[in-house]
Amino acid sequence: MTAPLLSVRDLRVTFPTRQGEFQAVRGLSFDLGRERLAIVGESGSGKSMTGRAILGLVRPPGRVEAAALTLQGRSILNLPERQMRAIRGGQISMVMQDPKFSLNPVMTVGQQIIEAYRLHARAPRGEARAKALEMLRAVQIREPERVMDTYPHEVSGGMGQRIMIAMMLAPGPQILIADEPTSALDVSVRGEVLSIMDNLVKDRGMGLIFISHDLNLVSRFCDRVLIMYAGRVVETLPARELHQARHPYTRGLLNSLPRLDAPVDRLAVLQRDEAWREPDPAAARADTDLPGGL
Amino acid sequence: MLRVEDLTIWFGQPPDRIDAVRGVGFDIAAGESFGLVGESGSGKSTILRAVAGLNPNWSGRIEVDGRPLRADRRDRAFFKTVQMVFQDPYASLHPRHSVDAVLGETLRLQGMDRIDSRIQKLLDDVGLGRGFRFRYPHQLSGGQRQRVAIARALAAEPRLLLLDEPTSALDVSVQAEILNLLADLRAEHGLTYLLVSHDLAVIAHMCDRLAVMQQGRIVEILSAAQLRGDAAEAPYSRHLIAASLGR
Repeated sequence: MTAPLLSVRDLRVTFPTRQGEFQAVRGLSFDLGRERLAIVGESGSGKSMTGRAILGLVRPPGRVEAAALTLQGRSILNLPERQMRAIRGGQISMVMQDPKFSLNPVMTVGQQIIEAYRLHARAPRGEARAKALEMLRAVQIREPERVMDTYPHEVSGGMGQRIMIAMMLAPGPQILIADEPTSALDVSVRGEVLSIMDNLVKDRGMGLIFISHDLNLVSRFCDRVLIMYAGRVVETLPARELHQARHPYTRGLLNSLPRLDAPVDRLAVLQRDEAWREPDPAAARADTDLPGGL
Repeated sequence: MLRVEDLTIWFGQPPDRIDAVRGVGFDIAAGESFGLVGESGSGKSTILRAVAGLNPNWSGRIEVDGRPLRADRRDRAFFKTVQMVFQDPYASLHPRHSVDAVLGETLRLQGMDRIDSRIQKLLDDVGLGRGFRFRYPHQLSGGQRQRVAIARALAAEPRLLLLDEPTSALDVSVQAEILNLLADLRAEHGLTYLLVSHDLAVIAHMCDRLAVMQQGRIVEILSAAQLRGDAAEAPYSRHLIAASLGR
């Protein structure tokens, strides 16, 4: 059994407010192997904050604390910014929700990929350009030479997100954090972008953290699912068993979705329970279990 | 209730004119709920905005309640019949107007009497308690804001509601509450809905019939039963259904 790529123990993200301290993430623990792990929850559940905390992107006065936050055995908790920058992009990359806001509007696509690659690989220009073309081909962009010279506003959302994936994977990171990577895309191109990302992550033996609010999407696309509620994990389960979820919150979320193949007269409405906010010993045990084969 | 014939909607002037909607037509009976589904850029919201009078650049025929609409202006009677609910409840409410001011202003504009009791009734209708009346938008959650936006649309006592992605900005558990509310309001007030969404499952749940749109045209008009019964014929509709079912 090899060590996990990423190990998180008792992660807490705290923000001071006028009403006292607010904990956005309240004691989260999990291990990530070379697998596709989904973190699912509604807005305010702390799922995006978890991704940002791992990458050291929580700005003061926000505070990140953890019993352990290790990348292949090395602690990356609250590293100095200079060291964090070497990890960010180089070893752990992030794809954000909307390519319109995460690509630089005044640089061509090619320049951006080349810059991202050279920052970490310290490669000469010619080699970086060849790498950028190779990555654009890897994300199934048909005319990579032409796309290299376009600006972000000249490409569609689906293509923008593929460019983001190409840029993030060029330096060869071990972990990709994808925060709602397809929410801004049309339904019909979502599947395509996901399968491109999936194949690249699989071929390179990377670990993927897929942050999403879409339960059905992650059940098709990931290996394991953490369900977050109010800054905590309420349930962990293999993605293919999502529809046998036992926690009332997970069940409530699944039932509240209208389904094309199962019409209902009235949608079930989630009844929230204060008890879900409190730690559940069973969930705490389960979310540190590693999947088989690691 | 609503009849659309050979509707073309464009943006810009020649030579840069782009036809966003090209020759579409459909009928919605009184009390019916009709859906427009398609991806972004297919023209579904553009149709809604043209019906609401937010885009005068259209040709063809739009009839509300048997009366043809003019492209350039709408009369008071139109706004008493037709109201719209927008996608983003964070953007569609004035940040410095309280719920009371938003509803009160709308009611006065519509020439209503007994404003006070009407505001109370509207809040009851959309499931917001009395405590919400003097709150500002930043003191409300996304779902509560959308309830206020629906109350504002109902203030005119319209018969046709134009719903532009009313739950796309909301969490799934809140989406269920808002869709249930819209279904209840339609039953209570005998409303007609024209609902735009990119989510086929939402359309199938809410609508009796729907039009599938692609690149400014309607490729197919189906009943919800046909949609669920795998009776869609156009390749694009079948593609959307497959994507929605995760095949």
